[in-house]
Amino acid sequence: MELKDKLLSSFMVFEDRLNDESKHLNEIRNEAINTFQQKGFPSKKDEDWKYTSLNALLKHDYCISPQQETAVEFKEIKKYFIHDIDTYKIVFIDGKYSSFLSETTHDGIDVCLMSSALNKPKYKIIIDSYYNKAAKSDHSLTSLNTAFASEGAYIHIPKNKVVEKPIQIIHFSTGNEATLMLQPRNLIVVGENSHVQIIERHQSLTSNVVLTNSVTEVFANKRAIVDYYKIQNDNQQASLIDNTYISQKQSSHASVHTFSFGGKLVRNNLQFFQKGEHIDSTMKGITIIGDKQHVDHNTLVHHIEPNCESHQDYKGIFGDRSTGVFNGKVVVEKEAQKTNAFQANNNILVDDKATINTKPQLEIFADDVKCSHGCTIGQLDKDALFYLRSRGIPKKEAKALLMYAFANNVLESVKINAIKTRINKLIAQKLGVNLGFDL
Amino acid sequence: MSKYTEEELQKELETKEYEYGFYTDIESDTFPSGLNEDIVRAISKKKNEPEWMTEWRIDAFRIWSEMEEPEWANVRYDKPDFQAISYYSAPKKADPNKTLDDVDPELLEMYKKLGISIDEQKKLQGVAIDIVVDSVSVATTFKKTLAEKGIIFCPISEAIQDYPELVQKYLGTIVPKKDNFYAALNSAVFTDGSFCYIPKGVRCPMELSTYFRINQAGTGQFERTLVIADEGSYVSYLEGCTAPSRDENQLHAAVVELIALDDAEIKYSTVQNWFPGTAEGKGGVYNFVTKRGLCETNSKISWTQVETGSAVTWKYPSCVLKGNNSVGEFYSIAVTNNYQQADTGTKMIHLGKNTKSTIISKGISAGKSQNSYRGLVQIAAKAENARNFSQCDSLLMGNKCGAHTFPYIEAKNKTAQIEHEATTSKIGEDQIFYCNQRGIDTEKAIALIVNGFSKDVLNKLPMEFAVEAQKLLEISLEGSVG
Repeated sequence: MELKDKLLSSFMVFEDRLNDESKHLNEIRNEAINTFQQKGFPSKKDEDWKYTSLNALLKHDYCISPQQETAVEFKEIKKYFIHDIDTYKIVFIDGKYSSFLSETTHDGIDVCLMSSALNKPKYKIIIDSYYNKAAKSDHSLTSLNTAFASEGAYIHIPKNKVVEKPIQIIHFSTGNEATLMLQPRNLIVVGENSHVQIIERHQSLTSNVVLTNSVTEVFANKRAIVDYYKIQNDNQQASLIDNTYISQKQSSHASVHTFSFGGKLVRNNLQFFQKGEHIDSTMKGITIIGDKQHVDHNTLVHHIEPNCESHQDYKGIFGDRSTGVFNGKVVVEKEAQKTNAFQANNNILVDDKATINTKPQLEIFADDVKCSHGCTIGQLDKDALFYLRSRGIPKKEAKALLMYAFANNVLESVKINAIKTRINKLIAQKLGVNLGFDL
Repeated sequence: MSKYTEEELQKELETKEYEYGFYTDIESDTFPSGLNEDIVRAISKKKNEPEWMTEWRIDAFRIWSEMEEPEWANVRYDKPDFQAISYYSAPKKADPNKTLDDVDPELLEMYKKLGISIDEQKKLQGVAIDIVVDSVSVATTFKKTLAEKGIIFCPISEAIQDYPELVQKYLGTIVPKKDNFYAALNSAVFTDGSFCYIPKGVRCPMELSTYFRINQAGTGQFERTLVIADEGSYVSYLEGCTAPSRDENQLHAAVVELIALDDAEIKYSTVQNWFPGTAEGKGGVYNFVTKRGLCETNSKISWTQVETGSAVTWKYPSCVLKGNNSVGEFYSIAVTNNYQQADTGTKMIHLGKNTKSTIISKGISAGKSQNSYRGLVQIAAKAENARNFSQCDSLLMGNKCGAHTFPYIEAKNKTAQIEHEATTSKIGEDQIFYCNQRGIDTEKAIALIVNGFSKDVLNKLPMEFAVEAQKLLEISLEGSVG
């Protein structure tokens, strides 16, 4: 059976199990499954999917809703946490919440579960006003997630709160099922003047096939500051489709840093909607891949109101038969005068069989704007390499140093030091060097 | 469509001929509107073409009838009805009773601004000319010079008769019949165009087609151009002219093929100023053009274009850099005003080693127009040390227009070096203030700034063209201040 048919038929079963759900949610689900039924999985014929094919992923017979709960020892998975700082944790194992590994709170802020938020009446007012409001309803994969959405992280920060500890959202898959499809759904609402930092990670613990189709909605109200870090370093059999929608109000700042080092296929759909003046949106990324990996960054910044800014900076290093895709789009509506939009995408190909496809797009309808985009594909500077080698640094380390320098721009704006250290280590690991110092 | 036997076809043709009588008067006839295999055959017959050419056209027609009109371009327009177009009409004869007084005064005013001579104006408007124009005699001497060098420069219909081996060898090699919808249509029904062959090692002494620009007018809406530069040769070719022409043809679907053999260089410049429609967005020409060049080893193709006319433009002059060390260049200015829409850019396909390409595109949008740059830079896996530099700048005037950039960059080789940058800006108030302060009025100041903005591209045009193009930019943007 085709995956699409399987999903459609299991939706009926899934829906029956959710008997106590509100009518409103049920309507959203039904609408979403209809959209998915009409559109199906995206193919290369869709302009947005021109360079990324899902065909290989869709061949597997995925287990859609695993029933069995699995326990995992903390010491086995400790390394996947940012454990040297104190954090809130929301941990899922095979899509099921693990209270044993998590550390949630309801003390002034809500850091808890989507499943309880969707069902308990006390969250109803937030769910009604935010849930599925930023996610694009005409996007087939997002709709698929909306139809099956039952679990994920729910974070609500009321007005005037600075959340002291970062929040980690981690999804583990244990490989109990030979092939597993996960569809986590996160909702993050940040009230006026509040500040929150979030770290998200998907990790599979065995080499069984996993496909994750995740949707995250972030709402940043007036003057809120949201920093979101995505660490993507999964194994070679795990694929991730990450859909993140960020809706911003006046004078809010939102940033998303995406570090893509692992996974078979990673697709990041990242969309910012600026619904107010003086908004700042930042999206940065480092991609270092090799070995037939495929990473696709698809970004959109929609400038709707005047006096806003957006900054995009994506760096990629592509080795052995890997493919990198960058498709960045900036739309400036005619009311959005005095917009400053910057977009940069720099790539290094280190192997002849690696491919990079990039398409930085601008659509501008306002005249008083500063918009620029730059995109380069090149190699490491031979002179710089020679300089380092002539000072006794071996070739491999010299190359790694230059790549560090290349990616460092992105790391500079990371506000949590523990993440910087972690990313540095991951880069060193990925490049196969030990520099013996932290940058 | 049902299949005919040859006899039936013959019969059909004969009866049709009788029915419409389009063979009676060679000077004034026009085919009935609509398109089918008979019309394609009739065009071919009319042109007295050899069998292989007729077959080629029929093949193209069959491909075309199975294709769908493309919709991916960032333009909106009412689709032309292909069955409502007449696919052949003989060049019009000058009307002996028409004088310059009958011509739209707005056009005459524009001619004056562009500095076009009275004789040229008459010719452009199909007014009978009473004095022998200089250009005719110039053309004769010019042809002689070319012939001495062995350069062939003639209408493509003549070339099909006189140099079938060259045409057969190269026609449709760079833009195949099935390349796209409009290329297939053009292949089936093209009526005329230019053919140019530069023999080995010859440097063409003059800019081809400047002197011919009047004589070559009226080649019709489906133009086919084929330029072949043999090894080590050089040619600079000019197409179109700055003078505005009010053409009744709504749809223009031209195909241009350039072939630069080893060490050859082709410079192809276009100035297009067709009817852009009224200020309210009514009418105007649809310009759907396929232009492509093939570069063999050490050769160079350079496209320069100034696009100010047409209601809808859809045009991507491209270079296939097949040979090692070949170079492709693209310089473009696209100006849109009122309700014009332009979706234009280039494709640089790097196949050979050490290939280089440069793209400079300047888009100026005013009024309620939409201006898009769409480009592709592709580095194949075997294209070692390929180098590309692209720059797309857009200038917006007012907040009712739009500027869009769609650059596609695909690299499959690690030694590739690609840079792309794009900016969007408006004319600074301080710049205008600076000019005003020095006694330059705002309209002139804008012209000055726009010229500065477009300088990089204007510099690439042949001298006499550059001067006219500069004026043309001013005229196109007239009244867009504010």
